[in-house]
Amino acid sequence: MQQSFMYEAKGQILIIHLPKELDHHNCRNLKYETDLLFSENYINHVVFDFSRTEFMDSSGIGILLNRYKQMARSGGKVTLYGASAQVERILTIGGVHRLMKHFDSKEAAMLG
Amino acid sequence: MERFQMKIESLSRNEEFARVVVAVFMSRMDPTLEELDDVKTAVSEAVTNAEIHGYQGKEGTIDLDVRIEENVLTVIVKDNGVGIRDVRRAMEPMYSTDPSGTRSGMGFSFMEAFMDEVHVESEPGRGTTVTMSRKIGR
Repeated sequence: MQQSFMYEAKGQILIIHLPKELDHHNCRNLKYETDLLFSENYINHVVFDFSRTEFMDSSGIGILLNRYKQMARSGGKVTLYGASAQVERILTIGGVHRLMKHFDSKEAAMLG
Repeated sequence: MERFQMKIESLSRNEEFARVVVAVFMSRMDPTLEELDDVKTAVSEAVTNAEIHGYQGKEGTIDLDVRIEENVLTVIVKDNGVGIRDVRRAMEPMYSTDPSGTRSGMGFSFMEAFMDEVHVESEPGRGTTVTMSRKIGR
């Protein structure tokens, strides 16, 4: 149960496969782990995969904003795919809906 | 009135436990999926706040008191942690004292967005009680 994230690096793209329950408990390691990945690899595009995510609260927004700001500072971008209706509502209320483009598939999000 | 109470340890894994238990209890009100998700999110925010702000990650217990009165669900989340010096400021959007970068400062905003009413009672050193209610089935 400790490992809730899966990371996939493809060139300069980092794909983060988010867990089923995206709350504070499951977000605890994400910042540290992505910081580590950013320091070891040149990443200019982060793709969030929401396809497994059934629940999300404001901790998820914190993570997205954090990574968005980091990418924005270095001229990179953030895209996402697989968001359910519930996740879309949280993204909208959390105000990050317009900060990153939403796609239907991983391939499209990687190109986006 | 129907009611249940529970006491949980202040542990991050209990965030999910608390919101799922509340969702199961409220299912007897025949809520829509959206109503269930809304309440789960609000409960998750309150319990997470109790844990990381109230108890600052240290040991403690969180009390949940959940009531159904006709078509209104009320959830009370209480901790005996450090309390909040300035409740109005804490409830401002984007205001956060969490240094870990995992919270967005939107906890109270989310509770307010997903519940009809949110009331916060707190005093430094005397813990925090969040009372929130939501009418189910409009």
